[in-house]
Amino acid sequence: MSDVETRFHRFKDLPSTQLLGTGTPMCAGCGGLQALHEIYDVLGEKTVFVNAAGCMTLLSVYPFTPFRGSWLYTAMASAPAGAQGVRDALDILLEQERMPPEEDLRVVVLTGDGAAYGMGLSATSGAIERGLDFLYIVYDNEGYGNTGQQYSGATPHAARTATSRMGGGFRGDKKDLFDIWVAHRPAYAATVIGAEPLDLARKVERAMAIKGPKLILALAPCPTGWDFDPKLTVDIGRLAVRTGIWPLKEYVDGRVVHSKTPHPRKPVKEYLSLQGRFAHLFEPQRNAAELTRMQAKVDEYWADPAT
Amino acid sequence: MSRVLLTGNGAAAWGARLARVDYVPAFPITPQTEIIESLASWIDGGEMRGRLVTLESEHSMLTAAGAAAATGVRVFSATSSQGLLYAMEMLYTVAGWRTPFVLVNVSRGLSAPITLEPDHNDVLAARDSGFLQIHCADCQEVLDSVLIAYRLAEDSRVRQPVLVNLDGFYLSFTREPVTVPGPDEVDDFLPAFDAESIAFRASAPESQAVAVLGGGPYSYFRYETHLALLNGLTVYDEVAADFAERFGRAHPAVEAYRCDDAEIVLLMMGSFATKARAAVDNLRDAGQRVGLLRPRLLRPFPAHSLVAQLVGKRGVAVIDQNISMGKGGVLHAEVASVLYGHKDAPLLVSFVGGLGGRDISPEEFFEMVKVVAAAAQRGEAPPPRLLYTEDELREIRKLQTLAHVERNSLGEG
Repeated sequence: MSDVETRFHRFKDLPSTQLLGTGTPMCAGCGGLQALHEIYDVLGEKTVFVNAAGCMTLLSVYPFTPFRGSWLYTAMASAPAGAQGVRDALDILLEQERMPPEEDLRVVVLTGDGAAYGMGLSATSGAIERGLDFLYIVYDNEGYGNTGQQYSGATPHAARTATSRMGGGFRGDKKDLFDIWVAHRPAYAATVIGAEPLDLARKVERAMAIKGPKLILALAPCPTGWDFDPKLTVDIGRLAVRTGIWPLKEYVDGRVVHSKTPHPRKPVKEYLSLQGRFAHLFEPQRNAAELTRMQAKVDEYWADPAT
Repeated sequence: MSRVLLTGNGAAAWGARLARVDYVPAFPITPQTEIIESLASWIDGGEMRGRLVTLESEHSMLTAAGAAAATGVRVFSATSSQGLLYAMEMLYTVAGWRTPFVLVNVSRGLSAPITLEPDHNDVLAARDSGFLQIHCADCQEVLDSVLIAYRLAEDSRVRQPVLVNLDGFYLSFTREPVTVPGPDEVDDFLPAFDAESIAFRASAPESQAVAVLGGGPYSYFRYETHLALLNGLTVYDEVAADFAERFGRAHPAVEAYRCDDAEIVLLMMGSFATKARAAVDNLRDAGQRVGLLRPRLLRPFPAHSLVAQLVGKRGVAVIDQNISMGKGGVLHAEVASVLYGHKDAPLLVSFVGGLGGRDISPEEFFEMVKVVAAAAQRGEAPPPRLLYTEDELREIRKLQTLAHVERNSLGEG
């Protein structure tokens, strides 16, 4: 990413506009809201957010909204199709000169992992395949957070959720949404996290300069769903990156590039042990075998991280 | 103006073309597909301005339709049967957005068992969605109804999506002579869409379709939608009158055929009502005072008009081409609800028929009138009748016997 012109070189280059208003009903320490704050400041207010059912549907509750720009709530499965309708209509109005160009808006889907990894995949795949010019923001809190954190397609192995409360937690593995996007050959795809705002801002900036379907996939540490003290959101976010659990990368020009390579990587247990959903790996007895497997999985990824 | 042979699907496509729709989110499904194929070829060939986008499902198609209408362009879409049901969540949703556009449904019976031929359970599943509903009986009406539907949808007193229904196969694939009005005439009747405040623009940020907390705000918006649909009754009459004046074709909310001096009335919707119309003529020839009432508008429900037509009649055969499982005909219940309590209300008898495209024969119309006359005489309605003949039952038994024989012989082999 260093070869790209960016206006974000240092922390103090980050916008302090705080476009997103306060007083929303999001939980204290919401990692998704943190990421959205940062993304919105880079995107600016000439945006229309097309929302899929999830926690953030409660951002705009009649008659209030924290957005300076526009908003359309659709349903859980079809926010990308909503983006299609808005984008197509704006294009038609521009083509027919029924709307001046300065009235145009950036079309942004805002979705949680529940929709993005599951019910919304078909609509997302369709929108990418049609080459829709839109930004697709996922706040990934690794479960159906708004309904009380049941496991979703984004839930990581061994996490306890409201529907995997006992024993070893969730038996499956986290689906790789980034790779699913990359398989579609989109215009752009990137993983981000609110705890790394400079990396996030550069990626959003880059995505904005490219026409076509673009993914910004934000891991969203979730105090209520992951069971940790809200004051730890940033620490846990940083640890997700520094343990290598959440690789920060982007897909551009047909290549996947890592924007940060944690070195040396911290042991994954430092990330896991801060979260109640993984407490069963440490208490009452330490599950050494599982921890070793989880560490090995991360090590395996970083052994050949470009693929 | 020209008179050409068009299928119902062709007539629907012509309606959209003449309405100068900007945007057509599409998804193929039998028996609707010809509509979007026609529009696609006109747009690709430069005969029609507009953009057609094939979505990956009807659910997405309806989402895109609502979202584009919410951005301020004129939108048309079409579907059928399973597609309408797949999109059902979004039908309710976009109706709540108060977005005006037109959706054509080509009626087809619902699975299971899966079939291609028509009845009205698909479109009636959308009855309570907040879409207005116009039901057509011939191909001319399909074209005209699409134009009327845009005026209705976009009227500031309504501002709701409108569903125009035609029956699969019987209308969708049947060619009839259709008068295609000239573009200038249509432009005068249906001016360009004035979205007013319905838009997303950089200078005028707008939050649409936001959440509400609690029953108070929720009820407020739901009632607003209901009242907008009720306004549709007056608006419909105005628009239909204007249409009749300009084009010389009347499309009242409820079509009455030879009803004035009728004692017994057949009441039904859609293309099968043309069979009832023929039966009325035959029954009249045989000296019976029989008429036909055909609601074109199902939502909003033209209660006043139906009551005015029906009070004082002896009996009514409500013939439902649908079945509410465990209840019976939907239209029967609707008509009964508006007649209840009226002095001199006629006796209603419920018949269910025409499911999955099953024919309703002239003899059956004669029989229904006989049953209604006898019931009116007695002053007591018989239980609802499910139209089915002994021959049909025999055919089914034959198929079942065949299936048994096949299975047994395979078992032996």
